[in-house]
Amino acid sequence: MGISVEGAKKSFGDFQALNDVSIEVPDGSLTALLGPSGSGKSTLLRAIAGLEALDGGRVLIDGEDVSKKPTQKREVGFVFQHYAAFKHMTVYENVAFGLKIRKQKRDVIAARVHELLELVQLHGLADRYPSQLSGGQRQRMALARALAVEPQVLLLDEPFGALDAKVRKDLRTWLRNLHDEMNVTTIFVTHDQEEAMDVAGQLVVMNQGRVEQSGSADELYENPANEFVMSFVGEVNRLGDAFVRPHDMEVVLDADERTEEGLVQRIVALGFEIRVEFVLGDGTEVWAQLTRAELQRLELREGQIAYLRPVQAKSFNGASAPDSTGASTPRRPTGGDGAEVSAAA
Amino acid sequence: MNSTASRWSLRVLGLGYVFLLLLLPLGLIFYKTFEAGIAPPLEAITSPDGLQALKLTLITVAIAVPLNTVFGVLCALLLVRHRWKGNFLIDAVINLPFAISPVVIGLSLFLLYGKNGWLEPGLAEAGVKILFSTPGIILACIFVSLPFVVRETVPVLQEIGTEQEQAAETLGANAWQTFWRITLPAIRWGVAYGVVLTTARVLGEFGAVSVVSGNISGETQTLPLFVSKQYENFNLPGAFGASVLLALLALATLLAMNFLKRKEDA
Repeated sequence: MGISVEGAKKSFGDFQALNDVSIEVPDGSLTALLGPSGSGKSTLLRAIAGLEALDGGRVLIDGEDVSKKPTQKREVGFVFQHYAAFKHMTVYENVAFGLKIRKQKRDVIAARVHELLELVQLHGLADRYPSQLSGGQRQRMALARALAVEPQVLLLDEPFGALDAKVRKDLRTWLRNLHDEMNVTTIFVTHDQEEAMDVAGQLVVMNQGRVEQSGSADELYENPANEFVMSFVGEVNRLGDAFVRPHDMEVVLDADERTEEGLVQRIVALGFEIRVEFVLGDGTEVWAQLTRAELQRLELREGQIAYLRPVQAKSFNGASAPDSTGASTPRRPTGGDGAEVSAAA
Repeated sequence: MNSTASRWSLRVLGLGYVFLLLLLPLGLIFYKTFEAGIAPPLEAITSPDGLQALKLTLITVAIAVPLNTVFGVLCALLLVRHRWKGNFLIDAVINLPFAISPVVIGLSLFLLYGKNGWLEPGLAEAGVKILFSTPGIILACIFVSLPFVVRETVPVLQEIGTEQEQAAETLGANAWQTFWRITLPAIRWGVAYGVVLTTARVLGEFGAVSVVSGNISGETQTLPLFVSKQYENFNLPGAFGASVLLALLALATLLAMNFLKRKEDA
């Protein structure tokens, strides 16, 4: 079931949470609403579920205008950031809730609940109470609960936001596989661009109650519509009017007409990736992302002078970015290619 | 000062306070009651006046407590879940029975339902007698015990938040189903504490009831009024016996709730 939102508007007092937002979510897709806090992404998701009434605009599910339909009739599965587990019910009762409301037969409910608990890997925990589960288990229970009623669409509001990094990564993969299996149209809200890119096929970047850009992860990364999107979907340095990704900053030891001089301020090793921080002549702080091999070859030391050459830059004042070396330049030279890069320099 | 010493002095202070101000007087009542054996207090309670007082007290509890429970939960829902500008007023008004002396509450009921009272002509015509009868006593008890369930339920409602209710909605539950299956189970212990406090207050209410009931022995006397009357008439075993009965009734409600809670937690 495809979802579309047309011209959605919503204010809370003086705060405009949604300012004329329109999105299109294709049937069976997995879409991320990505944005900083206060960007309106959660409000948009809640409006689709009917948990928030819009001041203007409308919501269509499978072509039908559901703007006037109460939440209970919209047949959406909703997963909350803090699980919203029914604390006085067991895992089984939680998952069975929607089926009981629909007055299903007892044996039908039992079969469906056990099937879902199997799916979310919580079989054997059916008689536990939510307080006896870990955060990740609670969220999987909430997901099973939402899926039990076979919703038309599945909406997840920062579903992994309250979990620790390791569990978050596992659940991410798991959610993607689940979506591939079930094929239910899914929208999830996140402020984590890595999570959005990892899980979703389509991303909608929001800021200050507006949609800044939507598209696939690659499209947003390669062709950001504006400065906000560019800096939100990845790291970015600013050089005058141009924006350069840290992995597009080539570091060389000899100056030429296209390089900028910089003082190496700090070298931080983050495993395979090395972060080298520079201060330029005009005081601008930028950083370059190098591999371990590149760093060893360059023999950089903190406090020394080196030269930076933007391999690929973007500018949003003019039409296209000044591409110094052309689009075919590899975005990220790997460790093995280091020698070639230095030879070219 | 070392921590063991400070801990012990705090304990002694706390227990001493409770002992002197609560346990000692109550214990003395129990002691005095059974000083001459169980016969004298039992005789006083099983006298016709005593039995009538017990019956009237139980009837009052049976009507006032459920009414205030339903009203209290509805009122708490209104205060917490439906925010509007007038809420602070409702909130303040709910507290009035705590702030006003029960005698004054009794008098105000007198002015409303008594001779030359506002509602008196209409009620007399309909043949309804409020004052000096059971309805007046129940009204007085409802008035004085009105805030308890609201005050106990509001914080619990605030604490559970709205997410569970919203989750139930997305799963297809209507407002009624959401209330019975999600909200009420989540706030039940807050409501239960409110019910216990309301019951205790209705059992023990003296001031307001003594004004509106007329304190007629064997007719409009509740247990606290009976205690007071026996005391005035120098029937100390009777007064103590009824006192112990009152205390036991309140204790029974408290124990019943603790028992239910313990059974559920297990």
